[in-house]
Amino acid sequence: MSAQEFVDNDQRPLGHGRMLRKEDRRFVRGRGTYVDDLQLPGMLHLAVLRSPVAHARIVSVDTLAAEAHPKVKAVVTGAMLAERGLAWMPTLSGDVQAVLATDKVRFQGQEVAFVVAEDRYSARDALELIDVEYDVLEPVVDVRRALEPDAPLIRDDVDGKRDNHCFDWETGDEAATAAVFDRAEVVVRQELVFPRVHPAPMETCGAIADYDRVDDKLTLWATTQAPHAHRTLLSMFAGIAEHRIRVISPDIGGGFGNKVPIYPGYVCAIVGSMMTGRPVKWTEDRTENLVASGFARDYVMQGEIAATRDGRILALRSHVLADHGAFNGTAAPRKFPGGFFGVFTGSYDIDAAYCSMTAVHTNKAPGGVAYACSFRIAEAVYLVERMVDLLAAELGRDPVDLRMQNFIRPEQFPYTSRTGWVYDSGDYPAAMNEALRIAGYDELRAEQADKRSRGELMGIGVSFFTEAVGAGPRKDMDMLGLGMADGCELRVHPTGSAVIRLAVQTQGQGHETTFAQIVGEELGIHPDDVDVVHGDTDNTPYGLGTYGSRSTPVSGAAAVLAARRVRDKARLIAAGMLEVAPEDLEWTKGRFDVRGVPGVGVTIQEVAMRAHGAGDLPEGVEGGLDAQISYNPDNLTYPFGAYICVVDIDPGTAAVKVRRFIAVDDCGTRINEMIVEGQIHGGLTDGIGMALMEFIGFDEHGNCLGGSLMDYLIPTALEVPDWECGTTVTPSPHHPIGAKGVGESATVGSPPAVVNAVVDALAPYGVRHADMPLTPSRVWEAMQGRATAPF
Amino acid sequence: MEITLTVNGEQVTRDVEARLLLVHFLRDELGLTGTHWGCDTSNCGTCVVLYDDEPVKSCTVLAAMAAGHDVRTVEDLEYDGVLDPVQQGFMECHGLQCGFCTSGMLMSARALLDRDPDPDEHTIREAISGQICRCTGYASIVRSIQWAAAHPEGKQ
Repeated sequence: MSAQEFVDNDQRPLGHGRMLRKEDRRFVRGRGTYVDDLQLPGMLHLAVLRSPVAHARIVSVDTLAAEAHPKVKAVVTGAMLAERGLAWMPTLSGDVQAVLATDKVRFQGQEVAFVVAEDRYSARDALELIDVEYDVLEPVVDVRRALEPDAPLIRDDVDGKRDNHCFDWETGDEAATAAVFDRAEVVVRQELVFPRVHPAPMETCGAIADYDRVDDKLTLWATTQAPHAHRTLLSMFAGIAEHRIRVISPDIGGGFGNKVPIYPGYVCAIVGSMMTGRPVKWTEDRTENLVASGFARDYVMQGEIAATRDGRILALRSHVLADHGAFNGTAAPRKFPGGFFGVFTGSYDIDAAYCSMTAVHTNKAPGGVAYACSFRIAEAVYLVERMVDLLAAELGRDPVDLRMQNFIRPEQFPYTSRTGWVYDSGDYPAAMNEALRIAGYDELRAEQADKRSRGELMGIGVSFFTEAVGAGPRKDMDMLGLGMADGCELRVHPTGSAVIRLAVQTQGQGHETTFAQIVGEELGIHPDDVDVVHGDTDNTPYGLGTYGSRSTPVSGAAAVLAARRVRDKARLIAAGMLEVAPEDLEWTKGRFDVRGVPGVGVTIQEVAMRAHGAGDLPEGVEGGLDAQISYNPDNLTYPFGAYICVVDIDPGTAAVKVRRFIAVDDCGTRINEMIVEGQIHGGLTDGIGMALMEFIGFDEHGNCLGGSLMDYLIPTALEVPDWECGTTVTPSPHHPIGAKGVGESATVGSPPAVVNAVVDALAPYGVRHADMPLTPSRVWEAMQGRATAPF
Repeated sequence: MEITLTVNGEQVTRDVEARLLLVHFLRDELGLTGTHWGCDTSNCGTCVVLYDDEPVKSCTVLAAMAAGHDVRTVEDLEYDGVLDPVQQGFMECHGLQCGFCTSGMLMSARALLDRDPDPDEHTIREAISGQICRCTGYASIVRSIQWAAAHPEGKQ
């Protein structure tokens, strides 16, 4: 069999449809190329020395013994970086972050020094030889403690800073919302904690820097989800002209937002290569990844919901205390410091809403990245979906009925929410009804009643989410001044095959297949004949990268429009070839035919050869068949879905077993059904992980308690059920093929479904709420009437 | 120290540090980068190889301990240009996304089917429960292995 064998599957589509992935050919053979797989001639290895304590003044750093190690080529401290002006770097939120600590360490695991050595083991050995003296300070670990007047000041590096306040943000109408609450018949309040979790991709972060002194050219292979943005930021920060920096993001072993920020390790590798004149590889270990790289969530939310006695939701209000760690490294568009939390009104047509947010610094790792949450929408959806369930419990209503009563109705789209978000399209009752059908909801409730009568604990949890993905319109959205539009370049070769160059990069989402299918659908060139180039800034047009479910909404649209531009040009050339007017041609996938003259036409391949050939082209038409565009989306896309989770809880051990999970997703047009479902499956697993086991906790000294995969628990095949997926399709009106993003839908939608199910199961114990992670011990405490926040 | 072992059917002899992990020996010394590394605690299973036909996490084995043993990695699954049915199954059933856990999953799947050609779903889930996949949610991996069980000769 040839290398092509399995792409030749029965359902092989010429465009959209289920198609096996092109990239799998190399992955199943172990022939992917991840950063740590690369070995360059003369390459050295870098290891980072990290702080063992959460908050301390650095008294001294003694590197003499490490420098004397026979295999060590360089030992670098914060003071040495400061001499080069590289001790601090900008974060994606306009804050600064220490590359190597100079004055203080501000979280456990913070970078203090690095060693470059001939091999990875020697580099680690030499770390042991560095002697750092710390003057330990009181750490701030609890977000509620951070703003107390006597709390230790963490950010004394910032001129004039007197407290641990990071930023304030608000959305909605405070007065109008207060007025609604004042006269509401029913008000339900609850504090909800969405604990700190970690994306923990299976591949940790790493980089290889290769600096060429002669040409002043830097090549950086890095585990980055945003190679172009990293190139620009590195140029601005390191003082290397941008055209002399090439960032290559090869195969990436999962991202989930963890690989959006620039990490100190990348910068250390660059400095190490500049100092030694040789390529330098840095690969973090798992503990480094968990304790020091971008976390997610860490919100303490005060939720309030107001309603009429008969169940009409009138208003939502929330105050959020957001823990941003020692440095504000949140990846979010500049005007949205709280991400897209503003969509917290969810899927409901309500009268008023208001949210205020206070963000603080603590002695914890910086970041605040996605972990597949679409810029904080996971937190927002968790808030509204728990509050609606709490309201249902208060009113004695079925949680499905209450949601159905309050949904934004199909005829209300496009719908402007009370916080100003314009939902593009939706049919919420249809998705909910489909989930009920698949679940057999009434039968499940009957089974639950039966089991309750026998003392068995079964819970049914419902959630309904609406996301806002595909950042974003340039007028509203940028990161550090870089607009969130995406470029795309498409070239059709003389023989009719093509290459498409993308601004976005894949971390497993299947771009090499999906984008080839987009071109296939638009041009009638088989996806096998379309090569997808990405992840190399020298060879792709500019764009802001893959996160926030933005690839299909933004770069997907760019690919469609580039293909249509090519098709428009092909029509002119075809008209010349057939000696008819362009408008007399009829396009069917892959060919132009003369309208009304059967059998007279040309294929796209014939047009491609003519476009590059020796013959005359119509007047005003240049040779070649290619197009380049930069796509600036009109709006975000708003995927949605209805999820139902069924759990059984062992009353003896309080262990939660997820028995069934039904997920109906509407992400508009689906380009490759198989890949879309795979994205959903993964997100559901993330959601169960967050709801039941994943937790980056800290003790009172600031020690991270989730620093290995023995402590930071991730679901295995035994903790998750087979998934029951359903589909509805409500196309986006502003995306050229009606597609919406989907990569994070399930991660956003599933945590409340699981928590709602657990709380539902525990109703006989009078449990009203319990915070994640719902580990057996925490569920047990809830059953004893002692449910507490995780911190 | 000098060690000699069999890797993918070929005898290899190398001078290694006594503390060198098998996973680093395979990746850095032999260039067999299909075997991955993902944690420090033997939890993630991206490094699973066959060790005398049994799946083991190659981060828990010293290269020195592997002397005299037979090690098989993902690079050896394809035989004579034909993919192993487990490789075919993962392609057919979308059993992978980012590809990082895939090599380990494939090796565990091969070992499972060698000892139990027709495993039920729970047996499959148990066989891969020492390994973490962050992308697929496992259902498609289960289906991939079921596909391989149903097609012991692969796709014809």
